[in-house]
Formats: sequence, C-alpha cells, structure tokens
Amino acid sequence: MRYAIEAERLTKRFRDLAAVDGVSFTVSESEIFGFLGPNGAGKTTTIKILATLLRPSSGRATVNGYDVVRQAASVRRSIGMVFQDSSLDERLTAEENLLFHAVLYRVPQREALKRAGELLELVGLSERRRDLVRTFSGGMRRRLEVARGLLHRPAVLFLDEPTLGLDPQTRTHIWDYIRLLHRELGTTVFLTTHYMEEAEVCSRIGIIDYGKIIALDTPAGLKKLVGGDVVAVKAADNRELRDQVRQRFCLEGKEDGEAVYFETPDGRTFIPELVRAVPDVREIYLRQPTLEDVFLKLTGRAIRDKGGDAVEWMRIRHTAWRRRRRG
Amino acid sequence: MQGFLAAVYIIWLRDVKRFLREGTRILAMLGQPVLYLLIMGQGLRATFRVNIAGFDYLEFVYPGVIGMSVLFTAIFSAVSIIWDRQFGFLKEVLVAPVPRAAIAMGKALGGSTTASMQGLILLILAPLAGVSLGPEQVLAIAGLMFVMAFAVASIGTLVAARMETMEGFHLVTNFLTLPMFLLSGAFFPLKTAPAWMQPLMRLDPVYYGVDALRNVIFAGSPLKSFVVGQTLTGDLLVLFCFSLVMTGLGMLAFSRTE
Repeated sequence: MRYAIEAERLTKRFRDLAAVDGVSFTVSESEIFGFLGPNGAGKTTTIKILATLLRPSSGRATVNGYDVVRQAASVRRSIGMVFQDSSLDERLTAEENLLFHAVLYRVPQREALKRAGELLELVGLSERRRDLVRTFSGGMRRRLEVARGLLHRPAVLFLDEPTLGLDPQTRTHIWDYIRLLHRELGTTVFLTTHYMEEAEVCSRIGIIDYGKIIALDTPAGLKKLVGGDVVAVKAADNRELRDQVRQRFCLEGKEDGEAVYFETPDGRTFIPELVRAVPDVREIYLRQPTLEDVFLKLTGRAIRDKGGDAVEWMRIRHTAWRRRRRG
Repeated sequence: MQGFLAAVYIIWLRDVKRFLREGTRILAMLGQPVLYLLIMGQGLRATFRVNIAGFDYLEFVYPGVIGMSVLFTAIFSAVSIIWDRQFGFLKEVLVAPVPRAAIAMGKALGGSTTASMQGLILLILAPLAGVSLGPEQVLAIAGLMFVMAFAVASIGTLVAARMETMEGFHLVTNFLTLPMFLLSGAFFPLKTAPAWMQPLMRLDPVYYGVDALRNVIFAGSPLKSFVVGQTLTGDLLVLFCFSLVMTGLGMLAFSRTE
C-alpha cells in the first residue's frame, strides 16, 4: 500500500527548542488526516517540512512517494497548500489570482480558465471573480485560497488552520466546502486545527503537543481513551436502578441530581440491555465524550488559545501603515 | 527552465498590473521630480556658471532628475518583496514548483518596468527644462531608463533577499541611495568635481545611467564633450555588467532561502 504521506522520526530544532520532536505517522491516499493541538505545538512546522519550506533537522518524510529534501521539486508539483496567513494578492482579482497560480504550475491556459470557472462555482465565488480580492471578506478569501490550492489538481492538499480567525458560521461553511471538495475530487487532505469540534471531519487525527504526537487514531478511537460513553438514566427509583445495574453489569453509577450516570465502553448496546433489565426506566440519554475530553485526559489541561502572535501584530501594523499612505 | 520563465513572467506581470491600477500614485510620483527640477534646477541655475556658450543648467540637470526618479522608484520597488514575504504572495511562489531564483529576476524586471514607465511620464516635463526630443531620442531614453532601472532594482532585490523587516530594508536602502543619488552627477558634471570625488562617482551605477541619458539628450550638441563623461557604449557596458553581477547575487540569495 502506497502512502500519500510518510513521516519517520521527523525532527526540527530551532536552537535549543525542538518544535517537532521525532514525529512518525502515515497518511493513506484519499484520507482526511488532521493534526490537532494547541498553538506552538509544532503543527505548522510539520506542514512546512512536508511542503518543502523547511528542512528537517533529522528524520525523513515522503509526500506522494517523493522525499521532501532530495526531491523537493517533485513534492511541490504534487501538492497544494493553503497557508495560515493569506497568500493571495489582494490587489488582483479572484480570477487573476487563480490564473497566476495556473502559470506557476504550468496548467495550460484554456484548461486553467475552465478549472478556475468550476472551482469558483464550487466555492461560491463565481459572481465575484472579477473583483479585487481586497474587497473580499475573510471567509471569501479563505474559500478562494482553497480553490487556488486545488487548481492544479494536487494529490495532497495541505490546509494550515483553514478556519483560523473566522466567525463560527463561516467556519462551518469552509468545512462543508472541504468535505465537498474531498468527496468530488478524492484529494488527500492534511490539515491542522486547534478547534476540537472541527477535527471531527478527519478520518484520523494525530494529537500533537510540545512537538510530539501523543495519540493517533480515528475520532471515535480517540474518544474511547476516555473510557467510553456516558449514559444518563432516570428511573422511578434510582437506588433500585443502581443496585440492579451493579448486579447485572458490574457498573457503578454516579447519582447526580435526578439522573444516574454510567460510564460504559459501548453505550449503544448497553441501553437496550439496560431497558430489558430495569423495566421502570423513564428517560435515557447517551452522551459521547468529545475530543476536548480526550485532550484533557491525555495532557491534563485544556487546549490553550493564545491570541495575537508576532505575525498578527505585524499585519495590524501593515494595515495601519497602508491606511496612512492612502489617507 | 520553462518553470523559471513562467515564474519570472508571473512575478513581472503582477508588478505591472498592480502598478497600472494605481493611477493616483503614478501622478503623485510626478510631484517630486517637478520640485527638484523647478526648485533645485532654478535655484542652482544662478550659481552654477560655466563659460561655455549656450550652456543652460536646467537642460543639464534634466537628465539627472530623470535618473534620480528612476533610482528611487526602482530601488524601493523591492519593498514589496518584504511585504510579500510576511503576508502573502511570496509564499505562494516559494511553495510552487519553480526555481526560487526566478523571484530575483522577476522582481528586478517588474521594478525596472514600473520605474521606467514612471520615468517616461517625466518626458512630459522636457519643455519645462528647455529640452526638445525627437522620437528616436524618446525611444533611446526609454531603453536607457529600463537598463538603468534594472541595475538599480537588482540592488534593491538583493537587499530585500536578505532582509526580514521593513526597518532593516529602509535602513540599508537609505544608506545606499543617498550617496548613489549625490554621486550620480545629476547636479554637477564629473569633470568639475574634486579629484578625490571622481573615483567615487565612477563606482556609482546611477552615474553611468545619467551619463548615458546625457549622451542621448546632448547628441550633436557642442556642449556634449563638457557634460558627458564617456561614450554611450562605455556607459551601457558598465550598466550591463553591474546588473549581471547584482541579479546573479540576488538569484543566489533567493535560491538559498530555506
């Protein structure tokens, strides 16, 4: 089986700091693979190494079978990249941005125009294709950037925090588009995020913290680390309920308010058995553990959300400077 | 090679498109040379007296003002490399399957194209300086402006390749442009400069650009031997060699970026 991405003990040191520390993983073709972790965990550094923008200090990685150091040109030809910070030219139109990209990747012009039209349609920007990107909202820019990353039909698409800094509604839209594009084109997607809910899109997730992968599995598999599902039950007599469950399933329930909570590996099969065993159950509901619970369990802390890093500040200054110049 | 040319073309085209969309900026850029021509030119005219019949200081200073304008616009065109690196388009090129050396070439070509387009607008001011130009002269000047702008823009590109911040870029370019401007012979001919200054002027690429412009503007004039330092061929040769070295270094610097 050929892997779309293979990383073996990948390490990147900046002076004393190991931003990426011996990371190994594989991504299969047509998979949506996600790196989940707090800011500064090494997600972007990993993406940059895979996209040949940084050389690893040690370890090796291949993308589409090409070595990211020795066959950088072949890697670049076969990948699409959407950066955390926009890399669009805001003084060009949407279409110009796409067509410039096509020249860089040597897509013939006629084909480029056709694909640009299709992709703009797909991301809902057809009507704005002749407008300057400067007039676009953050969500529109991101959609355009995703479209641009796909224009040359890459085998692997890298998305670095594709929804960072967008409002929740736009975020949902972006994810809908990514899923749609994945379905339509079958592109392998490698993405990073620090939003727990969003990582659910992935077929597999690597949780990364301080440069190390601390868990790697399907979202469901990761949640199993927490100890299974949570089943909350209300019955006519809660003490009777707890006694019966203890006898039949060897499960200790926790009573909290009106309901009794049971942690069980598989809630969906537990519920019918419970109903058969305890006849006077009034309400049951099943809560699945979230990735937030997983991260908390693995690291003992919640994903921290630091705002405003250096680049963020520079962008603010840049905008102010331009405004002064224009004014 | 094809990838290299494609990237050079795109980077150049982008600069030209952006330039043409900034109509107001183009006009605003006209202000500074007009001030130099009118205030510096008229002001110094009275004090700069030469015992040669028919010599007019304004006519002499006009090619210098063109050269100066080309110098400033060409060298600062490289500023966009710094912004692009932080906020955008450069990353798109860095991750594309094209040689990074193309960035240096494309940027130098883009900067020199826009700088010479701006220089062309300055030709409107020729009557103000009492200079009359034929169509062949205009064509020759346009070509010379491009060659000179390319030499200067390749310096800017080389600096920008090494600089991460705006502050750093401005510090270095200001440090370079002021002496380049003052030593260019825009305001006084090399022949009247003190002996110690003359070799320094000969190190300045802008000097050769201004000298080349004077070679064309004063062609056939009796004043030519006074205002011009060397032959047009000599000027062009120096500018070509200089551009070659600078662009080469710039391309090398970009290829090395990790």
